[in-house]
Amino acid sequence: MIAVRHWGRNSVLAPICWIDIFRCRRVGRCFRHNQQKRRQRRPFTLSSPYRSEIQTSSAWWLLLPALSVLAFVGVLPLLTIFNYSFFDIFTLESRYWIGTEWYREILSSSRFFESLLRSLGFSAIILSIQIPLGVFIALLLPRDGKLSMALLMMLALPLMVPWNTVPSMWVSFLGDPAGFGGRLLAMLGIDFDYKFNALHTWILLVAMDTWHWIGLVVILCYSSLSTIPPAHYQAAAIDGASRLQVFRFVELPKMSAVLMMALLLRFMDSFMIYTEAFRVNAGGPKDATTFLSLDLGEEIAAFNYGPAAARSIIYFMIVLAIAWSFRTIMNIRRDQTLGAGQG
Amino acid sequence: MDLSWMAWTVPTFLFWACIIGLLIGMGVWEYFSPGGNPRVGILHFETTRGDRLFISLLGSAFIHLAWLGLVGPNLWWALGISLIYAVGVFRTV
Repeated sequence: MIAVRHWGRNSVLAPICWIDIFRCRRVGRCFRHNQQKRRQRRPFTLSSPYRSEIQTSSAWWLLLPALSVLAFVGVLPLLTIFNYSFFDIFTLESRYWIGTEWYREILSSSRFFESLLRSLGFSAIILSIQIPLGVFIALLLPRDGKLSMALLMMLALPLMVPWNTVPSMWVSFLGDPAGFGGRLLAMLGIDFDYKFNALHTWILLVAMDTWHWIGLVVILCYSSLSTIPPAHYQAAAIDGASRLQVFRFVELPKMSAVLMMALLLRFMDSFMIYTEAFRVNAGGPKDATTFLSLDLGEEIAAFNYGPAAARSIIYFMIVLAIAWSFRTIMNIRRDQTLGAGQG
Repeated sequence: MDLSWMAWTVPTFLFWACIIGLLIGMGVWEYFSPGGNPRVGILHFETTRGDRLFISLLGSAFIHLAWLGLVGPNLWWALGISLIYAVGVFRTV
């Protein structure tokens, strides 16, 4: 059953299997791998699982639109930025080759590493709050009926608020004379000062981001929870499993793939937080919320193309390394669950 | 075609040509020995040779950045270390 779920013909993952040409991780058990053995010398053909006897490479052309979009959106800007990062640019016509000067300047400044630490810290806080909270809310939601739909819609609403609007809403919400939140805090005797107290700025940013994105985590978790057949819960009930055990052995395994996805998405978005932090306090007080992206934004706003490009490349390298580790961990976990399922 | 907006220079061109050359080389390798030669190395997870190339390139980038930040502007040493690192990755990971 598990093997079918993984690479089999009827699997929802089957299309991915066909696109993922360069690898087959399930040696021997994978449908595609057996297929590949039969056509040893022709690894670059992409054939339909349903017409496996007909070998054709024409399907490759179908990838062309996606590849050309990727070239314009991803590859060309990357090349250009990389090239810019070795220049001191006044205007694009008058630029001076200075080699790796910018990289050295950035990497030997403590400011860069402090910003990096802040960014990583912010992401860590965001993940450690939003993932458990999202799972918890998803577990509380009723599995079917109109009520769950309405609740999901409510949770999804903040997702549609533009980044720019979120800080404006929250700042006016916390404004003392006019805002509801500000009045409430003042009534409770809490002196919430997000302009000059670093801790309060951080709390505000985390609260804002959680409000904005918790719906995503909940919806992802809910979608995987609703695919668990009732028979699994019945089996668990017959075995006398506690609520905790049901969560650990029935629900969590089902959610793990989606959770990794949520983790990756939330990490990437929180790691590149810019608008919220900039609009709330412009990186202050005293650089306490100056994240990597704010440093980068400063350079871009000052038209320092060279340093901005070098910073972007370093930023890109960090994101690439982290995204790759996430992906590797995801693959390892998948292989482990498959191994456990078959063993 | 006017490519001056992309600020091409000989060093950056050579760099990207090397990357493209590596990718083409991987394609040729894959043609003559399909399947990507998956194996479990010292990191205890399965890698194909594409993974190993990626690990080598990404690691080399960080080696270069670390060299710039910690030692100095002469990157030939960093390149040498990266090559040794890449050979190590392809043999053991």
